[in-house]
Amino acid sequence: MEYVIIVIGSIFVSNIVLNQFLGICPFVGVSGKLSTSVGMGGAVLFVLTIATIVTWVLQYYVLNPFGLSFMQTIVFILVIASLVQMVEIILKKVSPPLYQALGVFLPLITTNCAVLGVAILTIQKEFNLMEGVVYAIANAIGFTLAIVLFAGIREHLDLMEVPKGMKGVPIALLVAGILALAFMGFTGLV
Amino acid sequence: MNQLTNFTKGFIKENPVFVLLLGLCPTLGVTSTAINGLGMGLATTFVLVMSNLVVSIIKSMIPDKVRIPAFIVIIASFVTIVELTMQAYTPALFEALGLFIPLIVVNCIVLGRAEAFASKQSILSSIVDGFGMGLGFAFALTLLGGVRELLGSGNIFGFELLQGDLMLVFVLAPGAFIALGYLIALMNRVAKS
Repeated sequence: MEYVIIVIGSIFVSNIVLNQFLGICPFVGVSGKLSTSVGMGGAVLFVLTIATIVTWVLQYYVLNPFGLSFMQTIVFILVIASLVQMVEIILKKVSPPLYQALGVFLPLITTNCAVLGVAILTIQKEFNLMEGVVYAIANAIGFTLAIVLFAGIREHLDLMEVPKGMKGVPIALLVAGILALAFMGFTGLV
Repeated sequence: MNQLTNFTKGFIKENPVFVLLLGLCPTLGVTSTAINGLGMGLATTFVLVMSNLVVSIIKSMIPDKVRIPAFIVIIASFVTIVELTMQAYTPALFEALGLFIPLIVVNCIVLGRAEAFASKQSILSSIVDGFGMGLGFAFALTLLGGVRELLGSGNIFGFELLQGDLMLVFVLAPGAFIALGYLIALMNRVAKS
């Protein structure tokens, strides 16, 4: 039951992009086209899950026993940066088609604050490992949902007549605001 | 480039938020009030100045291939300093900013300035650039925080200015996107004229 609450809670109620404001850069940057936004979502799902597992293990088996929890930020960002590199190299060898699909997005993910954010939140919320994994996957799905919806709207927006000063980013942000309003309707669901 | 233009470019012409669109996560996440925006802006300024300083001092010692990880370690160290200092001296602000303080590490402005500016320029220029960009960021966050606070709760920095029915949505999540969208449009307009 807790798992269901975590999943619904992180996908809809406190959506990582529209409610928690994590991962805004790729949300605005790569949401021009539907296909690229799906690719980005897949890459985030992949890295977020692995990063959360690795950082969780590090926090509870290395940082906490040795009293080093103040090193959290430094350790986590290094782990994520090297993890992304490693995932890139392994994917290239093991599964070239998957690498073709996700490759270009992987380097961008190091600076995606969603990954570091979820890793830290998992520790802050004192989840156990299984809950942490569910939380990470649910957040990645929430990210993908938001970015795919947004890309779909933006594709239509290209054909609309927008006032000159509002073209590009300003109108995209307004759309995101309206999308966030819609997601507010889920408040109180769990 | 003289130091004055180097300093002032961060405010309007190359404002990190309104023009370069970097660091949008904290921009949207912490600006429900002007004071939170200012606090976040100043914390980022400190990290930006210090990391620019250190990067420009040791730039010739870092091998080109590992420069990005090296920059990240430098930045993360200063973020940890800010984090611990704020926890000790400004616990209320620390609570309000929450997750976004450790997330200064992945703020694209900080790494971006280290890579694009500090790793190439002199020490003095790097410090001035750090101050200019950082205060430009703080300016943008305070402005956005002020607008949202005024429209949403009628206050600015906690002082009551407006009364009656206000648009509560502006202090909630959707208001952040909407307010920033209009501010960027306004900035485009100002920059053109």
